[in-house]
Amino acid sequence: MSTWGWVVAAGLVAVATKLLGYLLPARWLESPRVARVSNAVTIGLLSSLVLMNTLASGPRLRLDARVVALVAGVVALKLRAPFVVVVLVGAVSAALVRLAGWG
Amino acid sequence: MNVTPATRMGASIAVAVGIYGISFGALSVTSGLTVAQTCCLSLLMFTGGSQFAFIGSIAAGGPAALLSASLLGVRNALYGAHMSGLLRPRGWRRLGYAQITIDESVATTLAQSSPEEQRRGFLTAGLGVFLLWNLFTLVGALLGNALGDPRRWGLDGAAVTAFLALLWPRLRNRDAVAVAVVAALVTAVGVPTLPAGVPLLVAAVVTAGLTLWTTRDRGAA
Repeated sequence: MSTWGWVVAAGLVAVATKLLGYLLPARWLESPRVARVSNAVTIGLLSSLVLMNTLASGPRLRLDARVVALVAGVVALKLRAPFVVVVLVGAVSAALVRLAGWG
Repeated sequence: MNVTPATRMGASIAVAVGIYGISFGALSVTSGLTVAQTCCLSLLMFTGGSQFAFIGSIAAGGPAALLSASLLGVRNALYGAHMSGLLRPRGWRRLGYAQITIDESVATTLAQSSPEEQRRGFLTAGLGVFLLWNLFTLVGALLGNALGDPRRWGLDGAAVTAFLALLWPRLRNRDAVAVAVVAALVTAVGVPTLPAGVPLLVAAVVTAGLTLWTTRDRGAA
């Protein structure tokens, strides 16, 4: 399937998922176990995405400027910076490290 | 619509969240999607976490991107069930309500106490984020295209901190941190050993399994 195909398919799945909540009987979805698993999978996927985007370079793990961005991001979040600022801190720190000649 | 505490809250959330559509748009085009594909994600998928997951894993192939975005969107079904009970839209309106059921509109609704304020909060936050998120996605995508080499501007570092910032508020207790650490370890082992995209799904399956297993223990206690 082309990239367009995957974009539209993933979009339609997202719409259907939201609609499901309005159409299914509430008790199917509101069990504490379903909520816990859904919450854990959300955390697991986000954590996995953080790691992939920080270290993966094709099929290898690689330490480069992205690690510095991660550390700078943790500091920004500890200081309660808003989302946009945290994203900018990631970009600026990685760009500066590269300007200095590493990663 | 009158200005009430709920509409004020919804509007301020819409502005704050809408603006970071810029970062989504810019990162999306640097991940290889076109401006039109980027805007299509914001219009149709319209759930930030899943959109970032899609562009963060599209390098590993379409199936990985579809699955990670879809799994991250599962919480929207739970939100939908909750909102359906509170707001009770009927008929075709359910489709409109469903499309604007996201973290921000749900949070705004749950912060109100009367049914009228809940509805106002939901609609203001949901429609406001939809409008601004899509507008700023386009701005970001055009900017991202104009920037050239994404690594020079540290945009790969921005992708890292975007996911980190989405994860951060969910690390509220030891269980959550444990899940995050296990998922990261599974991914680190999986990247060099498994086909592209698979480590992400293994991490999802392992965290789901781990949670079912530990809650079974708690249920028996």
